[in-house]
Order: sequence, then C-alpha cells, then structure tokens
Amino acid sequence: MKRIAEDMRSFSCTLLAACIFLSATCGGAQENKIAPDLFVAAAADLSAAMKEIGDGYEKKTGVKVKFSFGASGALTQQIQNGAPFDLFFSADMDYPRQLIAASAADGTSLYQYAVGRLVLWVPADSPLDIEHQGMQVLLDASVKKIAIANPQHAPYGRAAVAALKHTGLYDRVADRLVLGENISQASQFVESGNAQAGFVALAHAVAPGMRGKGKYSEVSEKDYPPLAQGVVLLSRSQHKREAAQFLEYVKTKESAELFRKYGFTLPQ
Amino acid sequence: MAIDWQAFCLTLQLAITVSAILLVLGLPIAHWIAFSHRRWKFLIEAVVALPIVLPPTVLGFYVLVALGPRSPLGRWWISLTGHTLAFTFSGLVIGSILYSLPFAVQPFAASFAGVDRKLIAASATLGASPLRTFFRVIMPLSVPGLITGTALSFAHTMGEFGVVLMVGGNIPGVTRTVSIDIFDRVQASDYAAANQTALLLLAFCFAVLAVVYSVNRRAWVVGPIK
Repeated sequence: MKRIAEDMRSFSCTLLAACIFLSATCGGAQENKIAPDLFVAAAADLSAAMKEIGDGYEKKTGVKVKFSFGASGALTQQIQNGAPFDLFFSADMDYPRQLIAASAADGTSLYQYAVGRLVLWVPADSPLDIEHQGMQVLLDASVKKIAIANPQHAPYGRAAVAALKHTGLYDRVADRLVLGENISQASQFVESGNAQAGFVALAHAVAPGMRGKGKYSEVSEKDYPPLAQGVVLLSRSQHKREAAQFLEYVKTKESAELFRKYGFTLPQ
Repeated sequence: MAIDWQAFCLTLQLAITVSAILLVLGLPIAHWIAFSHRRWKFLIEAVVALPIVLPPTVLGFYVLVALGPRSPLGRWWISLTGHTLAFTFSGLVIGSILYSLPFAVQPFAASFAGVDRKLIAASATLGASPLRTFFRVIMPLSVPGLITGTALSFAHTMGEFGVVLMVGGNIPGVTRTVSIDIFDRVQASDYAAANQTALLLLAFCFAVLAVVYSVNRRAWVVGPIK
C-alpha cells in the first residue's frame, strides 16, 4: 500500500515537472523575441509566392511574417469583425476599398502589387485536348464536374463565371459547376481527380504542389475583367511601422521577380 | 424571405436518411459491443468512438482522396455508380454515417448493456432464439436509448459542416446544406439572411430535441422494469 502511494507521488511530481517545463519553454519562445511577428491575411492564390517572400524577408530582417490564406471575401469578413492582422493582400481591389470605406484599413497605403491570371486546368492523365481547344473542352461529355472558386466571395470565382459567360458557355455548363470555398480548394477538387476540370489561378498551376500533375490553358485576358490585386495596411495593426516596412519590401524588384515566377503579371 | 428552403429541405432529407440508416446499422454493432466477450472488443469500441475525436477535416480528406477516383476503392465506387463520392448526395450520406456513427451506437450499446441479464437468460430458457430475445426483450427495454441515439445522430447530421464543406462542392439542391448556406451568407456579409436562416435552424433543432426528450421521459416513466 505504502509502495503504491510513493509511486503515485513520484509520478505526480514528474508530471508536474513536465508541465512546468513545457509551459516554460513554449511561453519563453514567444517572450524572448525582440522583433514582433507580422500577421498577414492573404488571398489563397498567393500561398506559394507569399511564403517565399516571407522567408526572404525573415532572412533579411529577422521579422517573422505569418500568413493566413483564404478567399478574399472571407478574409475581409474576418478583418471587419476584428481579426488581428497587420496587412491584407486581396485578390482584387474592391475588398481593400470596402475595408478603407469601413475605416478598417488605411486608405493611403492601398497598393496594387500584382495582376492574377486565370487558367483552365485538367489532370495530366486527362484525355481532353486542352492545349488546342481551351475552354471548349468543357462541353466534352467526360467532364462531369468543373471546379471553380465560390463567386460569392472569391474574386477568381467571379473571373471564372465572367469568362464562361463571355464565351457563351455558362448556361451549358452551369449545372456541372462545383464551388470551392476559395481558389485553393477549387484546385484541390480537380487535382484530386474528383472534378475533371477546374478554373484555378496560374499561381497554383505553376506552384510546386501542382506543377507536372496537370495541363492548363490560360484563359484569354479579354474574357474576364483583370484580377488587379491590392494590399492595404489595417487599422487594427499594433505594428504599423514594421508592417509598412514589409510593404516596402513587397514593392522591391526582388519581390516583383517572385510574383512573376509564380504566375502573376506586374502592374505597369 | 431570404431563407433558402431548398437547402433546409435537403439538410432535413440528409439527417432523416442518415439517422434511419444508423438505426438499422447501429443495432448489430451496438449489440456486439454490449454482449461480446472478445478480448479485442476495445479495439472496435475505439474505432466506433473515433469520429468524436477526429476533426471532420480528416474524414473529408479521406472521402476526397482515399475514396476519390485516384484510389482503387474510389474507382470501384465509380464503376458501381458512375460518379465520384464527392459532390453527390450519396457522398454526403456516407460521410455523415461515419461521422455520426458513435452518436447512435454508444447510446444503443449503453442501453443494451443496461438490460437485466436475468431477463435475457429467462427468455433463452423459455426457448426463444437469440434473435427473438433481441427483438422481444432487449429492444423493448432499450427504447429510451434507441430514441436518444437516433435523435443524437439526427441532430448531429443537421448541424454537420466540416465534411460537407470539404467534399460537397456547394451545389444547390444536391450538397448545399443549411450550414453551408449560412457560412456563405456570413462570408458575403449578408448578415440579415444569415441571421434568419440561423434562427430557423436553431428553433427547428430545439423543437426536435425537446419533443424527443419529452417522449423519452415518458418512456422512462412507463417502462416496466427500471
């Protein structure tokens, strides 16, 4: 009996020590930093490009940039309801303007950093001749589902619908559209083979995760309004100076090269 | 009115289908869990309870990838039905059955295990087959547990969100459930419509649960032995 009690006591002591050790190491890691972390909300098409830009910036300045990716509409929603982000990279110019109008963002900071490009993507083993036929392949009987981003809150979804309408295909394929929460989910629907074709960002088609897994054809720029993408500094930011410095870095040639590498066009 | 009745009816249809299938499917599983003496029973119990712990994203991921057209299982399903599990109502049904399984099986098994063993033995000595004993003795004495399990799986499916978001594809009338509809409206800043739909769902689910529990209370009171 006594033996068991002793065992229990030493066990609880070990447990307690482990807890103290864990909380000390985990808590300490955050407190000992001099430079604050930046929290950045970014449109889902930026996932590959922004990670690289963030890594480069951290190497240069020691400031860690943490990203939350999502549909621009969804992120706007979160920011309006007090999400603690410092900067917002949208996939259009309207959502940043909405935030400025609602005094959630600083109007003077609005900057167009890139222009997104829309492509139609099919898996590599697809029999569809997308290189020559482009969007016409969607009329093929083997295309049962076409993935797009939700046009209600994702600019790429709106661009896809505009392109389908402009080419007169919309009514003929509308019942086969499946909506991803954002452009990343739309690419994942078609990449996993569950949809046979999908409208994705060129940024995704050339990103390491999807490169080589499929074929794509760029949707003509005449078919949809340009996906001019803007960034704003957010009013709630606690680190406005650091955020503005990061924004300056985004405007440098170095970052511009990365945007270009990941399938964006740069504004003139 | 901004309420999407199509989404509401679809969700209701999904919840009724899933809880009905789980009532049938859950009985033998619960019976086995309640009465088996196998040494590895705990493994099955752990598997049944898994969906309580696992995030819906795990289940959604598996439905998309492990049961998708790139996997043998997914190809078999496509050759059988002609379409993928993702983006279909049957896909949502299968996902929801897995996701709500413990909410049906655990109350079932608990109430089976609570039945007085002497009554089961008496039934057997009177010459009733195990199946007859199950339907004439165990089931009638477990009605409250059966009601609770079915109500919980129904409610859980009504409120399901993560799996549907991951594998549904948001198709009106096929996979756009009320929870997705509310999510979309909030994302699009349409708070008024989101509010109406959310209130409707809240009132409906409260009413269903209140009715079920009031019926269940009576079952407890009227129940012959307890």
